[in-house]
Amino acid sequence: MNVLSIMMFTPLAAAVIMVLFLRGEDEAARRNVRILALVASTATFLISMFVYVGFDPASTGFQFVEDRSWLLGLNYKLGVDGISVLFVMLTTILMPITVLACWNVEHRVKEFMAAFLVLETLMIGVFCSLDLVLFYLFFESGLIPMFLIIGVWGGKDRIYATFKFFLYTLLGSILMLMAMIGLWIDAGTTDIVALLGHWVSPEPIELLGFGIPGGLQTIMWIAFFASFAVKLPMWPVHTWLPDAHVQAPTGGSVILAAILLKMGGYGFLRFSLPMFPVASDLLAPMVMALSVVAIIYTSLVAMMQEDMKKLIAYSSVAHMGFVTMGIFAVNRQGIDGAIFQMLSHGFISGALFLCVGVIYDRMHTREIDAYGGLVVRMPAYALVFMLFTLANVGLPGTSGFVGEFLTLVGVFQYSSWVAFLATTGIVLSACYALWLFRRVVFGDLVKAALSSISDMDRREKLVFAPLVAMTLLLGVYPSIVTDITGPSVQQLVDHVGEALSQSQQAAK
Amino acid sequence: MSLHDAGVILPELVLSVYAMAALVWCVYSRRPGTVRATFWATSIVFFALAGWIAFSPDLDRTAFGGMFADDAFSRFAKIVILISSGIVLLLGQDFLRREQLHSFEFPLLAAFAVLGMLIMVSARDLMVMYMGIELQSLSLYVLAAYHRSSVRSTEAGLKYFVLGALSSGLLLYGASLTYGFAGTTRFEGIAEAVSGGFSHGLLYGLVFMLAGLAFKVSAAPFHMWVPDVYEGSPTPVTALFATAPKVAAVLLLTRLLTEAFGQVHSDWGPIIAVLSVASMFLGAVAAIGQTDFKRLMAYSSISHMGYALIGIASGTEAGIRATLIYLAIYVAMNIGTFAFILSMRRDGSPFSDIRSLGNYSRQAPARALALLVLLFSLAGIVPMIGFFAKLYVFLAAIETGFVWLAVAGGVASVIGAYYYLRIVYYMYFGEEGPRLDGAMPRLCTGALMVSAAITVVGVINLFGITGFAETAAAALAN
Repeated sequence: MNVLSIMMFTPLAAAVIMVLFLRGEDEAARRNVRILALVASTATFLISMFVYVGFDPASTGFQFVEDRSWLLGLNYKLGVDGISVLFVMLTTILMPITVLACWNVEHRVKEFMAAFLVLETLMIGVFCSLDLVLFYLFFESGLIPMFLIIGVWGGKDRIYATFKFFLYTLLGSILMLMAMIGLWIDAGTTDIVALLGHWVSPEPIELLGFGIPGGLQTIMWIAFFASFAVKLPMWPVHTWLPDAHVQAPTGGSVILAAILLKMGGYGFLRFSLPMFPVASDLLAPMVMALSVVAIIYTSLVAMMQEDMKKLIAYSSVAHMGFVTMGIFAVNRQGIDGAIFQMLSHGFISGALFLCVGVIYDRMHTREIDAYGGLVVRMPAYALVFMLFTLANVGLPGTSGFVGEFLTLVGVFQYSSWVAFLATTGIVLSACYALWLFRRVVFGDLVKAALSSISDMDRREKLVFAPLVAMTLLLGVYPSIVTDITGPSVQQLVDHVGEALSQSQQAAK
Repeated sequence: MSLHDAGVILPELVLSVYAMAALVWCVYSRRPGTVRATFWATSIVFFALAGWIAFSPDLDRTAFGGMFADDAFSRFAKIVILISSGIVLLLGQDFLRREQLHSFEFPLLAAFAVLGMLIMVSARDLMVMYMGIELQSLSLYVLAAYHRSSVRSTEAGLKYFVLGALSSGLLLYGASLTYGFAGTTRFEGIAEAVSGGFSHGLLYGLVFMLAGLAFKVSAAPFHMWVPDVYEGSPTPVTALFATAPKVAAVLLLTRLLTEAFGQVHSDWGPIIAVLSVASMFLGAVAAIGQTDFKRLMAYSSISHMGYALIGIASGTEAGIRATLIYLAIYVAMNIGTFAFILSMRRDGSPFSDIRSLGNYSRQAPARALALLVLLFSLAGIVPMIGFFAKLYVFLAAIETGFVWLAVAGGVASVIGAYYYLRIVYYMYFGEEGPRLDGAMPRLCTGALMVSAAITVVGVINLFGITGFAETAAAALAN
């Protein structure tokens, strides 16, 4: 067995043990469950360190490859390259943090932790799988634990939110599945490595009387886009996200924002761009337009929110706009920046949701108006919250800046107008984020309910410590990311450029 | 009947001799344990026959001058039919005992129905086909009305009978047209006649037969009987309806279309495709408003038959393989689900309202988890095997250019996911109402757990079923 398989199945094994063997409802049993979850996720993190250390950034191919035959024509094939390895790391780092942050969940702890561990296996699987159907398997299965996490442990309107989340994402994914089957038949294989070298015909075709430029490539691109755009989410199919975030328990929100959304961006990088280069080029203007709308419109919407989680959810949509923009600019800076932005957003948005969780645990409300002047009673909290607010705005020195800057550089080469419009989004993000911070933390502590609120305890500080460290580290020393992603990204950009020039020659 | 013929139909022969002998014995026996013994004996006969067929040499032979086939295709079907009916029969015992319906006629009628199904999947002649269908249907009509003192059950039986007779009439009409124009009832003979020129008479014959068989398959728009019959019949009968007869009917249809009308795939392909789309959507949409679990499963089965038909519509070997895989997986999931429904009781009487499952996951976490797995599998969500069933039919459809059919199937599965999720919703997030009775027969619990485990563990290699389905499909395509 390969290290990737071991890493992937460690959480699942722990979840199975938890469900089958840990019994009882008393405090000791709950404690065992929590400790097992923490140990399992930490072990997974340690195993993933082997992958990180053993990864050779100079090589652009897939590493740690494991290949076994599975069902008819399908393979159980795993491997990581410069694009995916850091997403795996992001997952394994955030998981123990999330478990620790959910330490005081009391309601059905065993099921809660088991769902998270299963989810971790599935998320790692998404980033490691090198077979179309295997990828789909992991990509889609994540819906089940998330459906339960939101539905069982969520807020008041959790039923609506979780059904919407499930069905919305499922519909997008089903279209992707159809395209995957089409790709499978077209190429005769489901091996992603082989498919990266496969050339889907971009000959224009006619469908129901409409000429489709880019032909089969365009159709498949759109089907994949349907899934990834919902997952990421892009405007206008983002509406499930605010609902899901608001209703999800804190841990669920963290995982959703920090990792599940990234699957959409990862999908664009792994499938849409390299497999359908002509269609990507053809439809890039549309993606740019949607991204700009996402950045500006959702920032404005975020400003008017009264619920903290909803505000952060909308800001996530805006930040994901930078990601799509960077990816479809198809140059080194753009894609490097998009990956960087996804990783940094993973830490920052995760931390922001945790910040909301800290005060929600104390006051059981997420209304912005219910707070004010927290700095008086909670100085440590105010400091952490400030750091992540500024990182969310993109202050130089934090990771948020690097991601936004790189994507903007990339997009500027594509179109200066798009870059210009996107930059206004940064201004707007400062507006909503700082305004939120002012209303919650600054001012006088006048609300009677807040007068006895306590600052973060040691566990909470421990939860935030790695996030603070990562945000600052990535902010001042971004090369640890770009050195790893760089060669693979360069190869991706070259591959797309080559494919485009070939198709242009063919057209002449 | 030569010795060779007898050798080919030996399993059927054994089953019919057993059923008749048991019938006589049961009538005269006055011993208290007779009924229980009949149930077990019948199931054991089913399992033994399945084992026998599974381990018999892999031959491709026919009996009665080609009227009855014993090939890999029929063997695959027979094994699925025998095993599923054997299990369903055992699961239903407890229910029947509690409802005072525990009598020896039940397993014997089931045995005759199964005999009919075995003949159906082997039939290579219109007469044999009709004989198999009628033997199966007549036994099932009686079973539907098995609860004689219940108005709903008798109503179900009557409805099933009247509509079934109508469909048999259509089938017979189509068969006689086909005979008239082809000059033979043999599938090979029809195929020859078809390749010599597809006359209007043959086309009408085909269409009428399709209508008749669509009724047996319960494909929309010939599905009207399904919800009422499922709801009205005693649950063990419903469980039987939902498993083996579907397999037999779909595979009979497959054989008829590929062996007799294989040349004119372009004529019947679209018909099957339309039936399939109609079934998938009707099943998905109509189930949304249902609160009765049995009725819901009726719509679910209509929808599932739509997916199974996709494989036939594509008309290729890969399509047949997909249909076989689909049916086997469908049966495995349905047995588990019905094992649960069979044990749903409140205040001592059967109760199948899904709203009574409010917060069931607190009451019985293990069972709720198993049912959750099965429901997600029925909805076709990865990583359960229900997904792979759909994957293979979609693959076959897209390969043969039925892309719209696959996309329609995908959309229908999202709509369908809603009602399966609704049950999960009641179990996991629902308000707690009056609870179901806690106890569950051990056999049912076992079946539920095993079925759920199969749907999850199957992701590893589908228990090699794809290989068997491949040989079975190859046997038919040649």
